[in-house]
Amino acid sequence: MKKGKVWKYGDDVNTDVIFPGKYTYTLMEPQEMAKHALEDLDPEFAQKVKPGDVIGAGKNFGCGSSREQAAACLKYAGVQAVIAKSFARIYFRNAINLGLPVLQSEEASDSLMMGDEVEIDFGGGRILAGGMIYKFPPLPDSVMGILEAGGLIEYTKKKLQIQTKTRSA
Amino acid sequence: MGQTFSEKILGKKAGKRVRAGEVITVSPDYCLSHDNAAAIIGEFRKLGIGAVKAPEKIIIVLDHIVPAAAEKYAQNHKTIREFAAQQNIPNFFDIQHGVCHQVLSEASFALPGKVIMGSDSHTTTYGAFGAFAAGIGRTEVASIWATDEIWLRVPETLKIELSGKPVRGVSAKDIILKVIGDHGADRANYMAAEFTGSAARDMSIASRMVLANMAAEMGAKNGYFEPDETTLEWLKKRARADYEIVTSDKDAAYEAVLSYDVSAVEPQVACPHTVDNVKPVTAVEGKKFHQALIGTCTNGRLEDLAIAANILKGRKIHPQVRVLVLPASREIYLEALKKGVIEVLSEAGCVILNPGCGPCLGAHEGILAPGEVVLSTSNRNFKGRMGSRDSEIYLASPATVAASALEGKITDPRKYL
Repeated sequence: MKKGKVWKYGDDVNTDVIFPGKYTYTLMEPQEMAKHALEDLDPEFAQKVKPGDVIGAGKNFGCGSSREQAAACLKYAGVQAVIAKSFARIYFRNAINLGLPVLQSEEASDSLMMGDEVEIDFGGGRILAGGMIYKFPPLPDSVMGILEAGGLIEYTKKKLQIQTKTRSA
Repeated sequence: MGQTFSEKILGKKAGKRVRAGEVITVSPDYCLSHDNAAAIIGEFRKLGIGAVKAPEKIIIVLDHIVPAAAEKYAQNHKTIREFAAQQNIPNFFDIQHGVCHQVLSEASFALPGKVIMGSDSHTTTYGAFGAFAAGIGRTEVASIWATDEIWLRVPETLKIELSGKPVRGVSAKDIILKVIGDHGADRANYMAAEFTGSAARDMSIASRMVLANMAAEMGAKNGYFEPDETTLEWLKKRARADYEIVTSDKDAAYEAVLSYDVSAVEPQVACPHTVDNVKPVTAVEGKKFHQALIGTCTNGRLEDLAIAANILKGRKIHPQVRVLVLPASREIYLEALKKGVIEVLSEAGCVILNPGCGPCLGAHEGILAPGEVVLSTSNRNFKGRMGSRDSEIYLASPATVAASALEGKITDPRKYL
């Protein structure tokens, strides 16, 4: 389990403030994308975020556009997970498929504060912070497999390799 | 406890009984993409395999920027055409057919009980036919091309029960705008939106498509209408494959039920810059605008164009507005030509565009300048969507847009009906 610091925000954090539309067709490199993560919500974030840090938010995180970069830029910035009350549907999928864990916990969302230290036990479905334990529904094996592979493209690549090996064996 | 439509259909696909909230892996019946297939081809190539797994399930419709408005779009189209030929994808629709959601419906891929995934948020439209249809990201389409599989979370279902008969001047668009305005743009997030009740059953296929299309603007994963005689009548002439009607059980568990008597709904307008910023037309009457758009995958079917023509017949549009008409497909364009609808609209001063997505996504054909206002029958009014970030988009029904086009300002259509 990796320790990280919480960056706490509110409800309805939309894809435009996570990754501005003006960069969607110009910035393709991971490090460049990371530099602009959350730019229009918290200009300090991209400079100060450390690998393993966690985003805490309210309801409907990632609403708006279907742009995958809104999940990618947080992953490239080193964020280990986003904890929120709820996620906009396409954001949730994009995050999993790009390898960014998105965890739903009403209690953790209410309790976590900016700067709190947290640990996440993905397998056990637990968030540990300030002596408290918050449960989140563990992600199903199939979805967990995508996260562990580092995203859907890597996951699919592996799956295809296994299928090829099985066939040629 | 019974099951909802979505639980049943996804359970069939997964080969087990499933409940809302479960995550399952399924093989979709069809997988749609459009001009963004160019980007998807790039992702697909990263996977390091040569051939798509199930070419017969892949559907690509060029509709977003057609004909190509600039060289980069032309190159995308060329890449897609070559890929479709090389991969033996039988269902490739080039630029002449229209908006993907209308094309798939007319070509009857949208069938009861089918599972359809599409890299377009308005893929929800096929729920009008009793299909399970949801929008996904580009990377996911690349993965489906390679594996013929996708993971899905079985959605909870929000039932939207519609009773009563709409008054003259009120159509499907007003009803869905009213629901979205009352309950917000995330009310159906991650859920299926099931439209039911006598007013839903009274609706034409075209009107049902308006509701299923706009379900995406409530955050819905998919929309659903139970197939009935109206559906079967549409399918009789078109169905290209076997299908199975799947319906919700009477004792299925719903997240909530929203009930509306549609006879009490007035014409509605969604004001800038969110689809849930909805007011009755009487509250925004007199607002001047520069451009009007009648058409798109939301309201570009024959009944929509005919309503507009009925209002514009023998009249001229206001000299200070420009009116763009965008039939959703070539089939609709042809029907509207044969019935004299296009003639009426053209005589009134409208510009008739080729079927496609056109100005709705702000990439070509009628971009707005700073300070301009558009009144549109399309589905989104996000800031900057149709051009300048300093322009404004109002959304309304074809009747409201046509009546307003005569006066150059937002007008209650009931005075022209």
